[in-house]
Amino acid sequence: MKVLVPVKRVIDANIRVRVKSDNTGVETANVKMAMNPFCEIAVEEALRIKEAGNAEEVIVMSAGPDKAAETIRTGLAMGADRGVHVNTEESLEPLVIAQLIKAVAEKEGADLVILGKQSIDDDNNQTGQMLAALMGRPLGSYISKIEKNDGGFAITREIDAGLEDLQIASPAVVTADLRLNEPRYASLPNIMKAKKKPIDALSPADLGVEVKNRLEVLKVEDPPAREAGVMVSGASELVDKLKNEAKVI
Amino acid sequence: MSILVIAEHDNSQLSPGTLNTVAAAAKIGAELRVLVAGSGCGDVAAACAKIAGVSEVLCADFDTYAHEITENTAHLVKANLDGVSHVLAPASTFGKALIPYLAALCDAQPISDISDVVSEDTFVRPIYAGNALQTVKMSDAVKMMTVRTTAFEAADAEGGSGTVTAIDDAGASDVVTFKGQNLSQSERPELTSARIVVSGGRGMQNGENFAMLEKLADTLGGAVGASRAAVDAGFVPNDYQVGQTGKVVAPDLYIAVGISGAIQHLAGMKDSKTIVAINNDEEAPIFQVADYGWNEDLFTAVPALQAELDG
Repeated sequence: MKVLVPVKRVIDANIRVRVKSDNTGVETANVKMAMNPFCEIAVEEALRIKEAGNAEEVIVMSAGPDKAAETIRTGLAMGADRGVHVNTEESLEPLVIAQLIKAVAEKEGADLVILGKQSIDDDNNQTGQMLAALMGRPLGSYISKIEKNDGGFAITREIDAGLEDLQIASPAVVTADLRLNEPRYASLPNIMKAKKKPIDALSPADLGVEVKNRLEVLKVEDPPAREAGVMVSGASELVDKLKNEAKVI
Repeated sequence: MSILVIAEHDNSQLSPGTLNTVAAAAKIGAELRVLVAGSGCGDVAAACAKIAGVSEVLCADFDTYAHEITENTAHLVKANLDGVSHVLAPASTFGKALIPYLAALCDAQPISDISDVVSEDTFVRPIYAGNALQTVKMSDAVKMMTVRTTAFEAADAEGGSGTVTAIDDAGASDVVTFKGQNLSQSERPELTSARIVVSGGRGMQNGENFAMLEKLADTLGGAVGASRAAVDAGFVPNDYQVGQTGKVVAPDLYIAVGISGAIQHLAGMKDSKTIVAINNDEEAPIFQVADYGWNEDLFTAVPALQAELDG
């Protein structure tokens, strides 16, 4: 079995983002970047499937500018076998990204595509679902568990009301939720080894995909700030304020 | 042209978030349809027909839709888009899975989690865990989106007089099989629509200690939530999680107990009307968004608060 893991380069989760003064986006110059945390979980799961003897190869891909290769390299340092970099300077909307992933998945003959459920920059939570629809293959969104079996995969999904179990056929597309696993850190020897692992570079045109965006971002602004609150020193003061000042109880 | 809202329900009850989604739809235009896909969901369809402003309910009542299988619902909605300009669903796990899948089937680029309607093609949505607000203009013929339900007042559940039209089964996926669900049972109000939420974090130390918060929530008539740290540690189930990638809540009163206030948690609760933070670390970031902060050990503070409320 071949597992494909698409990953995204985002502003590091620990950085506090700043809206640009011209309101065109958020400041990304000289800001620390990292692999999207949900993508790390996806890579980890693919590696565990391989380590359990259920997959022969784990391929990490990313679509984006030259720097996206660094994020692929992070996946290789975690233990993935090789990378695919769809190199483009254009901004990519989820539908286009899903079209690119579909092309790579079909070219590689992937039996399972594992994505993070959401990237922490645009917070779209769309690409995996769109990929499954485009491929006409089963979707397992927000999974906290996956097991290979004769019929394909038994998965558990985290849904708003609790947990849900589905059986999905192979090939399949799944998106990783937080409780799927705890990703490993890349060890220094593995970081060194990753430098020698191959990354294929392709363009969207090589994959027969036209980059056609549908959305226009008119502006990006700061959210309204909350006014500073007050400290209370005890239960009676708090209850008094909630009853008489905030009037919420 | 009409606006189609996809109802979320459990075959007997409509989710509260659907009413907020109808309210968002009403800000876009006047001709509102609601699609109900379920099995034995006649009561839900009837309830949708009564929502103020809804003119027609499309009801697919078949075994195919007994469970919310994304594939099945998406193909059904796709078959019912004649005369539809917008498709909206609540930004719950149901809607967040459905809308992108549907959009890809229809060669459309959806937007997620809208928090305001600027015009029929322009919407506001939070990005970066709510640390920025993006205004986006859409160009697709049919505009598809999920709705941040806490950002819109619920539509009136009564007062409408829509018709209910039965629609055909669009067929079930043969590659996805429902196996079972393990749902949290609770008598408390549903987390995303509760008027009061009491949430616990890593500071709770274990699952047993959540009993304190449950008692407090019951006294106040509220729901119980948790930070990601508390869910990851196994104190409480995943459906308690409030945050960027969990549930978004905006109750009248949010009481954060033993929660430090990581960015991803704040993203899920900072639109609450009144925020109370109880934490023994005076440097905890949660105090920066709290209206009332109480720098105290939670094992002292929560019983004291309970006693004060019990009078």
